[in-house]
Amino acid sequence: MIAYIVQRFLQSVLVMAAVGFVAFSLFAYVGDPITIMLGQDYNETERARLAAQLGLDRPFYVQFFKFAVNAMQGDFGISYRLARPVSAVIRERLPATLELSLVAAILALAVGLPMGVYTGLRRDSWLSRVFLTVSLIGVSLPTFLIGILLILVFAVILGWLPSFGRGQTVMLGWWSTGFLTASGLKALILPSITLCLFQLTLILRLVRSEMLEVLRTDYIKFARARGLRDRAVHFRHALRNTLVPVITIAGLQLGAIIAFAIITETVFQWPGMGLLFIQSVSATDIPVMAAYLCLISFVFVVINFIVDLLYYVVDPRLRIDRGAVGGHG
Amino acid sequence: MTKKWAAVAVVAALAAGLAASAEAKTLRMSVAGDASTMDPHANNAGNTTLILKQIYEPLIDRNQKLEKVPGLALEWSNPEPNTWRFKLRQGVKFHDGSPFTADDVVFSITRALAPTSDFKLYVNGIKEAKKVDDFTVDLITTAPNPIVPDGLPRVHIMSKAWAEKNSVQQPQNFRQKEETFAVRNANGTGPFSLRSREPDSKTVLARNTAWWGWSQQGAGNLTEIVFTPINNDATRFSALMSGEIDFVLDPPVQNLEALKRNPKIKVLEGPENRTLYLAMDQKRDELLYSNVKGKNPFKDVRVRQAVYHAIDAEAIKTRVMRGQSVPTGSMWTQFVNGYSEGNDKRLPLDRDKAKKLLAEAGYPDGFEVTFDCPNNRYINDEQICIAIAGMLAQVGIKATVAAQPFTQFLPKVQRTETSFYLLAWGVPTFDALYTLQALIRSKGEGADGSFNYGNFSNAKIDALIDGVKSELDLNKRRNMMIEALKLHNDEVGNIPIHHQMIPWAMASNVFAHHQAENQLDAKWVKVD
Repeated sequence: MIAYIVQRFLQSVLVMAAVGFVAFSLFAYVGDPITIMLGQDYNETERARLAAQLGLDRPFYVQFFKFAVNAMQGDFGISYRLARPVSAVIRERLPATLELSLVAAILALAVGLPMGVYTGLRRDSWLSRVFLTVSLIGVSLPTFLIGILLILVFAVILGWLPSFGRGQTVMLGWWSTGFLTASGLKALILPSITLCLFQLTLILRLVRSEMLEVLRTDYIKFARARGLRDRAVHFRHALRNTLVPVITIAGLQLGAIIAFAIITETVFQWPGMGLLFIQSVSATDIPVMAAYLCLISFVFVVINFIVDLLYYVVDPRLRIDRGAVGGHG
Repeated sequence: MTKKWAAVAVVAALAAGLAASAEAKTLRMSVAGDASTMDPHANNAGNTTLILKQIYEPLIDRNQKLEKVPGLALEWSNPEPNTWRFKLRQGVKFHDGSPFTADDVVFSITRALAPTSDFKLYVNGIKEAKKVDDFTVDLITTAPNPIVPDGLPRVHIMSKAWAEKNSVQQPQNFRQKEETFAVRNANGTGPFSLRSREPDSKTVLARNTAWWGWSQQGAGNLTEIVFTPINNDATRFSALMSGEIDFVLDPPVQNLEALKRNPKIKVLEGPENRTLYLAMDQKRDELLYSNVKGKNPFKDVRVRQAVYHAIDAEAIKTRVMRGQSVPTGSMWTQFVNGYSEGNDKRLPLDRDKAKKLLAEAGYPDGFEVTFDCPNNRYINDEQICIAIAGMLAQVGIKATVAAQPFTQFLPKVQRTETSFYLLAWGVPTFDALYTLQALIRSKGEGADGSFNYGNFSNAKIDALIDGVKSELDLNKRRNMMIEALKLHNDEVGNIPIHHQMIPWAMASNVFAHHQAENQLDAKWVKVD
């Protein structure tokens, strides 16, 4: 047990180190922040002075080492673009992204699950066909296009919902929330629909195929033979057994939602971390980009770690044969 | 501290609300990017200036025709060769209520001269600022300098006492690991005060009812400005179409037709004070990126003329820019001191002549060269380059377009790792010396040749430019600049293409004045 956890933990640390290294080395090639910071008129001495201030004149491995040591303490330096500590900037943007992701995840589950069950049970009804066709669109249309289309219909043509921003927010300590105002809730609708559509489709199709599979198994046949009502068979016996993989996937997808929020946030000018990242890319704001990538990969690593531990709890086989572990996660 | 400011702002806003017969006139405006700081001397970028110029004021302002007019200084003179004397406006107060005096001017000019200042070029040549009395300041120059007033409209005046109290005596420095107070707070004398600021999402400015200039003719009626940056072109466009935004400084070019068709929206168009041009490596003995070995074709003036003759700037205007450009033969616009119509004549489009010139220069079959081009900096920049490459192909020059983001393009060009490139140059001082020095003069000290990455060099032109720097007779000085550009054009040192037009889009009830610096001056804006 302990050995398994330690092994998983060490793997996670290794992944984080690799991500940090890749992120940092990529940024050596994205452009020159000094050019952006100095503007048009400057001379070589000014350039050298700024490079020395930022530590950009030192060799790559020294820069990376310094970055890694500071990053472990949560210090990602100061944003070149905003002239503020990166950790403060990210903390400001975090609530917007998390609230949006949470709403999108709940929406995906709350809508995708019933739709999946329905299409699994009533395979040939016209409504199932509509659901499946619509879900095909959800998978195949790029997020930004869906966002723009929603804006066009609901903001420009109908004028019902705002096309950008978070509306009025309320501060709860350092956490800014849009849940407590009417304009904040209204502003959530279009971005969360845009963001959830892909995951919703995924859950719908997953639940449907699991349901179809489970319904073919012997114990369902046996349950029917016992004369149980459809309701009991479908929901107590079938649905329950489909939920284990669904919950695993939904959990893993939470990380994906947070990461995919980049595009949705850009389209809706949602002031979260994804938008911050895009703005930082155009200004070659290396500290923010590095911090964002590390944070996102940290989220993924943590979720994966938890899922691995859950497997261990759920699946007794893992406790005997550690060799099989390599196949997961 | 912040709470107190908020209180001051709220009181000011309430007063403003009452003054405007209890009717709020809010302008909700948007551009693609946000200001990076509220520090008046730390970041010389358009997005930053757009907000700061509503809050802070310079000694000398520019009116709607871009002429110099009194700002915080009522009059200025040049009593001795090395001294410029400024008589200051009396009775002006900062937004925190403290009075404006000569100390603030001395402090601000000194701050703009500091090593971490991004505004040094506008106070170039000034050695120090001296207080004469409470409302008189002398600026001492290192040498006689007739254009000191031309840089000052970009230098904002801040409160000395406020800066000292909040320890922001120096412009913000990237070495400091802490955010300075001036990054998110501001205290100017201008027509609007900063009410709240959330970087990248929302900045609110409130009317400063105590501002001295509201009684001027043509003054606007805004009580509040809500500034929301929206990066995504389509979203910014949608927000304007749906009426959630009243004013967009940079509407996407591809949406202009749709905006013009919408009766609730109007589009103002005007030329920007910026010129796109082509530059060629004229120094190396062999081009870095070409199939010609052992010699550099661009060293031959006939080749440079051939390139010029091959370019159809009118076609670029109609096909690529959809009419949104002014083709030019000049390296600066008509707004700039030193402009002349004589220099604004392009070499005519003449492909036969271009081929003949190439043949005479020893390249009857043309040659190949890589053409470096930014793809996210100017309006349609990459398409312009592709069009030019097509035009050059017709006379036998095979230019391969290497389009790249500006953050990669510029460092490459600055290392002079280029043979042929497209760049644009604006003139914030409205004086042609700025362009002559940076783009045309040979590399030297300071600003001399600082952006002349093609290394064009001509001793006679250099001598003229150096003469301009110290010439005090303004007429003679202007003629020298015109002469220098004429010589440059004869030599085809660089090839100007056009000045880009910049459209502004706004709701039809907004009345604003288009400005070639691409800066909205909210004090003139009216909302019905």
